[in-house]
Amino acid sequence: MAVDTLLERITDYANRPDPYPLYAELREAGVARQTDGSYLVGGYYDIVALFHNPRLSSDRRNRAGAYSGLPADEEEPRPFIRLDDPEHRRLRSLATRPFGPPHSPGRIDAMRDEITRITDELIESLQGRTRVDVVDDFAYPLPVSVICRLLGVPREDEPTFREWSNAIIDSSDIRPGENLGTSQRAGNQARAQMGRYLVDLAEQRRGHPGDDMLSAFVNDPDPTGGLTREELAATAVLLLVAGHETTVNLITNGVLTLLRHPDQLERLRREPDLLPGAVEELLRYEPPVHLLERIPLTHVDVAGTTIPKGVPVVLVLASGNRDPKRFRDPDRFDPTRRDNQHLGFGSGVHICYGAPLARVEAQIALGALLPHLTTATLVEDPPPYRNSAVLRGPRHLPIELAPSP
Amino acid sequence: MPGDLREGPIVIVGASLAGLRAAEKLREEGFTGSLTVVGDEPHPPYDRPPLSKQVLLGMSAADTTGLPMRRDPDADWRLGVRATGLDLVGRQVLLADGESLPYDRLLIATGTRARPWPQPEQAALDGVFTLRTREDAGCLAERLAAGPRRVLVIGAGFTGSEIASACRERGIEVTVAERGTAPLVGALGGTLARLAAGLQRAHGVDLRCGVTVTALCGNDGGRFTGADLSDGSHIDADVCVIAMGAVRNVEWLADSGLAAGPHGVACDAGCRAFDMYGIVTDDVFVAGDVSRFPHPLFDYQMLSLEHWGNAVAQAEVAAHNMISSGPPRRPHLAVPVFWSSQFGVNIKSVGVPTYSDQVVIAQGSLSERHLVAVYGYRGRITAAVTVNMAKWLEYYQGLIEAAAPFPPAPGAADGHPLVTEFALPSDVPDPRGLSHGPTVALTGHLPDRRLTVVRPAG
Repeated sequence: MAVDTLLERITDYANRPDPYPLYAELREAGVARQTDGSYLVGGYYDIVALFHNPRLSSDRRNRAGAYSGLPADEEEPRPFIRLDDPEHRRLRSLATRPFGPPHSPGRIDAMRDEITRITDELIESLQGRTRVDVVDDFAYPLPVSVICRLLGVPREDEPTFREWSNAIIDSSDIRPGENLGTSQRAGNQARAQMGRYLVDLAEQRRGHPGDDMLSAFVNDPDPTGGLTREELAATAVLLLVAGHETTVNLITNGVLTLLRHPDQLERLRREPDLLPGAVEELLRYEPPVHLLERIPLTHVDVAGTTIPKGVPVVLVLASGNRDPKRFRDPDRFDPTRRDNQHLGFGSGVHICYGAPLARVEAQIALGALLPHLTTATLVEDPPPYRNSAVLRGPRHLPIELAPSP
Repeated sequence: MPGDLREGPIVIVGASLAGLRAAEKLREEGFTGSLTVVGDEPHPPYDRPPLSKQVLLGMSAADTTGLPMRRDPDADWRLGVRATGLDLVGRQVLLADGESLPYDRLLIATGTRARPWPQPEQAALDGVFTLRTREDAGCLAERLAAGPRRVLVIGAGFTGSEIASACRERGIEVTVAERGTAPLVGALGGTLARLAAGLQRAHGVDLRCGVTVTALCGNDGGRFTGADLSDGSHIDADVCVIAMGAVRNVEWLADSGLAAGPHGVACDAGCRAFDMYGIVTDDVFVAGDVSRFPHPLFDYQMLSLEHWGNAVAQAEVAAHNMISSGPPRRPHLAVPVFWSSQFGVNIKSVGVPTYSDQVVIAQGSLSERHLVAVYGYRGRITAAVTVNMAKWLEYYQGLIEAAAPFPPAPGAADGHPLVTEFALPSDVPDPRGLSHGPTVALTGHLPDRRLTVVRPAG
């Protein structure tokens, strides 16, 4: 089939279970111009070059007229994931202040016990059951509890912000040829509501802080100036949404992949020291985020093709992760793979902010599940997938567990 | 690999970063023979970058910077013993204790030492330090912890500037004396050197440029009390740190017949040493700070680098080539990279900034103290330096490797229109006029054909 329909085929829900042959077709083509004029890039080295190119923007306001979508002001305030330096750098470093080095080097490590406790509780609740949905019973509630704990959001409010989160994720999906007006409007509304909710929570802690990040944002701002109310809303929404919509895929894809590779599952059970490497391999083999969009600020050359200013470029991370020019035997799942510099967390200045947390969560979650998986079987293969082509992962993953002896 | 290459005894002279990484790589690649590592310091290999940073700040003790081993190199460690000579014909290394070590292949990784103050009796004053070893750092950290009234740092290269930064962070008054026009000018050229000077002054450093220290003074008890400067002024201080660059440890090779001199031991791109006739040897290899090697990106000029990353990369290439013959041998082509942290900023460099005639601020700005400076030579990009923007470095490394046109195309999201299009002279001084040694030295000639001598006056 013609490569100019690749984006339509990749985003076609029917191809969600196995987009990898399409990615191979894309790599064959190099850079593929789509029928709507946008571009797809799937080679590892081309993606890395674009990630590091300061002429590629993450800010959709730089889209040329034909691709611009809604008027820009409806997306205010913008989270740092959709901004360029120097604004991106300023906001990201303020967001990092209570989260990681240099100001909070111990934050993630201090979460380990809490993550283990939440994991153990979830596993405890599975005892005695023979049929489990890995997503609803484990992979979704775990990161939600962790991000709530980290930010300082009451866990019982989850049903409310889950709806907002769904609307936000839906509005940032990539769907060529579709008028995104309705979903963008719904997404903006959800973003505003979630933002108000989170800022209110933060304000309640002004003067009597807990050890959560919302408390830190209002009580311990950077001496040179903290986040404004609007910036705090945008940042907190980003962290809450990203914190529970991506790790769920990593854990679920992990369980699915291990059940499809029983030899590797058995090996990991015997050698749990291999788990950190196995999580990296999962991030390569089945990454939680498949597509990212960038906008060239000038004409940019990629692999012999000139991409014009303002025309969206979709970087297919999951394709770069399977590029045989970078990874030997790329379609093989190998938890002991060395030199595994995958694109699971992106690369460059926008590299995943939450990566250290996601790594710890996935390592603890999969480590705790391993003993229960050796006798488990998949009920459906492939399982039903989430709608999103960007955040690709199963919507449900039903498995049968052997009855307890 | 051929059986004889896997077995014959290998001797590595130098037990620091390059020596350790080479030893590990030899084993990783299947070398099964006897392996001896000789080091004149009594310690197992340790890391030096923290010595001028965390150790001086009192955050880490000097003896806690041991280098982790990737694997046990199963070597005979001869520590605390200096190599005194090399017999190329008899294939043996002579040691200070009278012993001689026969080798089938030899790796020279003896590195550098701190350039001492030229007047030995002044250098011997209590309170005068250099900073290279674990002991140096431990003693200096102890003096800083005792709260001296003022520290004098001679030389404003990277080491001198980091020492001054640590002093200010600890609230200690510090004077920096530099013969050149500004700190770091020998490595980064004029534009960023002005930024460095501004940083130092903003942090309360008493920075004196364009002066030399003419004498270190002591009291009757042999304690350092201050120094005279060439402008007629006098600095009262309790501690003096000589940070005038490094001297390559090549004296032990003086009679060996190898091409060893003040710039180091010359070798080819495969790390094989040259003899004094320019004939390449096949059993003597060189890696790390003591080496001097040709680089195709810089017109095959011989480079002398004092970089952590180069020591690792070159040691690995040398080790691989020591147990390979013919086409499987690899060239050492890594683009030079180094970093520094001082006065609250992170400075990182790729390429050779001194190999340039122009510089442009491609991203950020001097006033923001977040920037990428890109260096060019005759219309191609040869280096880039980031200040607090290290994540962008990889992009510019690609441009250097591709000999991309200079100046880089404008249009970066955080580039300032006009600024990104105006290249300035890179203003790289003759290293003879500096108190500090450049940590990257082109040992052939600068692009404008001046001959360079890396031995600073003073």
